Amino acid sequence: MATQFTFPDNAAKAAAAEQEFQTEKMSLSMGPSHPSTHGVLRLQMELDGEVLTKCDPVLGYLHRGDEKIAENMTYNQFVPYTDRLDYLAPLANNVAYAIAVERLANLEVPPRCQAIRVIVSELARISSHLMGLGAYGIDVGAWTVFLYSFTEREKLYRLFEELTGARFTTSYTRIGGLTRDVPEGWTQKVDAFCDQFLPILEEILALLTRNKIFLDRTVDVGVISKEDAIAYGLTGPNLRGSGVALDLRKDRPYSGYENYEFDVAVGTKGDCYDRYLVRGEEMRQSVRIVKQAIKNFPGGAWYATDAVRIVQPRKDKILTSMEELINNFMLVTEGPLIPSGEVYFEAENPKGILGFYIVSKGGGVPWRMKIRSPSFCNLSILPKLCTGSMVSDVVSILGSLDFVMGECDR
Amino acid sequence: MTAPADVTQAIATKFPNATARLSSDHPAFNVPMSEVLLVLKSLRDEQGYDFLMDITGIDWGVDATPRFTTVWHLHSSSHHGYVRIAANCESDTAPSAPTACGLWAGANWHERETWDLLGITFTGHPDLRRILMWDGYPYHPLRKDFPLAGIETELPDEEVAEETKAKVIAAPMVGGPFVASAGEMNLTEAEPRAKDESWNERSEKPE
Repeated sequence: MATQFTFPDNAAKAAAAEQEFQTEKMSLSMGPSHPSTHGVLRLQMELDGEVLTKCDPVLGYLHRGDEKIAENMTYNQFVPYTDRLDYLAPLANNVAYAIAVERLANLEVPPRCQAIRVIVSELARISSHLMGLGAYGIDVGAWTVFLYSFTEREKLYRLFEELTGARFTTSYTRIGGLTRDVPEGWTQKVDAFCDQFLPILEEILALLTRNKIFLDRTVDVGVISKEDAIAYGLTGPNLRGSGVALDLRKDRPYSGYENYEFDVAVGTKGDCYDRYLVRGEEMRQSVRIVKQAIKNFPGGAWYATDAVRIVQPRKDKILTSMEELINNFMLVTEGPLIPSGEVYFEAENPKGILGFYIVSKGGGVPWRMKIRSPSFCNLSILPKLCTGSMVSDVVSILGSLDFVMGECDR
Repeated sequence: MTAPADVTQAIATKFPNATARLSSDHPAFNVPMSEVLLVLKSLRDEQGYDFLMDITGIDWGVDATPRFTTVWHLHSSSHHGYVRIAANCESDTAPSAPTACGLWAGANWHERETWDLLGITFTGHPDLRRILMWDGYPYHPLRKDFPLAGIETELPDEEVAEETKAKVIAAPMVGGPFVASAGEMNLTEAEPRAKDESWNERSEKPE
């Protein structure tokens, strides 16, 4: 019944190394705050010369206990905590969480709200991939990419600030809607950003795609086969780099993704280079989606209007109607009125599939909330992937997986 | 490949002990713990649910029986269906479930996490260690009887503790964490407030 998943090449390499040099094994800790680990991750490695014979990732340095906190506060109070999961794409987390609770409450949000959510999710994807690309460039020795991509990311953060009031910790969604509508002229600014971004993106990618050093560091390094990618539950660009075209935006559309035309980027070999190419292509596709959403930007309400005791009443109504004032008071003190039941919602985030499993016993506080974080699953393949590779390749492999410890550790 | 709608029927015919589980979205089933591995294997090999998305547990409260439920989330990369399998743990004091590591390599970390945070052991797991908390940590923080403000524990490394005489001291939260309580209680009590008010800036946390 048990299936063995092995990397024949790597295992053979490690065995050959052991045969050739009868050297003493050395243990080495990389991290917890090594520049290439992208967060507090410690790799407990066992080395034979320069070849890894064992690799044991040690997580758990953040110690925040998001799930425990979620089970002790109302649904809307938890929104700011979702910012801190994948802190490079907070808007995408906000959207995923809001939709999960809305599914539980059986609530439909109007098209304008859905379109705004799609726009911010895709902008978050671009900003996350820019960060991933820039940091990966540094890992394998290319500084310029980082400077270019950070300039672009800064422009995006200015747009986020105008929309949500914050650059990083956006907390933009609420159960059944958003904190506010898009400001006057914001969509035109996003459109203008997209227009100037595409040529710069090509320039950034041109710095790496045919770069001899970059190719030497990434091609045929950290190869993940299709079977292994599925067995380890990899998602996002890491899975698609291995040739599995699984993208929830296409396969199980949410928030109106079925209305947009875009292609799913898929790799062939599953090495670090493929994962890089997939991220590059995904940014182009995100721009495509954002431009479509802005072109057909729907009017109307940007929050669910019929959701009494879930959506906060408008300010003018609170000030003029006793009923709405009581509503507002109950909403703030007891939380939104969510029926009992359980729900599992998955969203396609920049790092992979982010899932929220919520068990409710009714009322404003979830009984159990489990967060299925993509980075956690993506990292679990590391022991397999690193065994048999060189220490310098570990840096390349880590960067190509593009994980965020905030999400991994919770 | 079988369409996702057929899953209910396929499970019902093959596993008469499985019952439908209350769910607001996708198909979900309760199965006896002894049949879980067979159900998972049949779903993976015959129904195309080849993706193990997550393994987790639910603590239904200190007084509940059965207290712990283990949940498996499956996804299909071919027909994009989703199905949830849940099984109650037999023991309330020492809950356990069979490991799915033989079916999916990715189950390894999910099971370690569930063991770490909820204390559900997975029989047959190749390497059941803590993953988020440190080795030797005595509690399972996601259990309902573990307080939100945490429990003070000694430094994990005995050598270090001997050398430094230091203890891990909980970070000052000034009476926090500030959370609302909902449910059947009067509104003054339910307002967002410090959950543990036995200690604050002026009076020290009781030992």
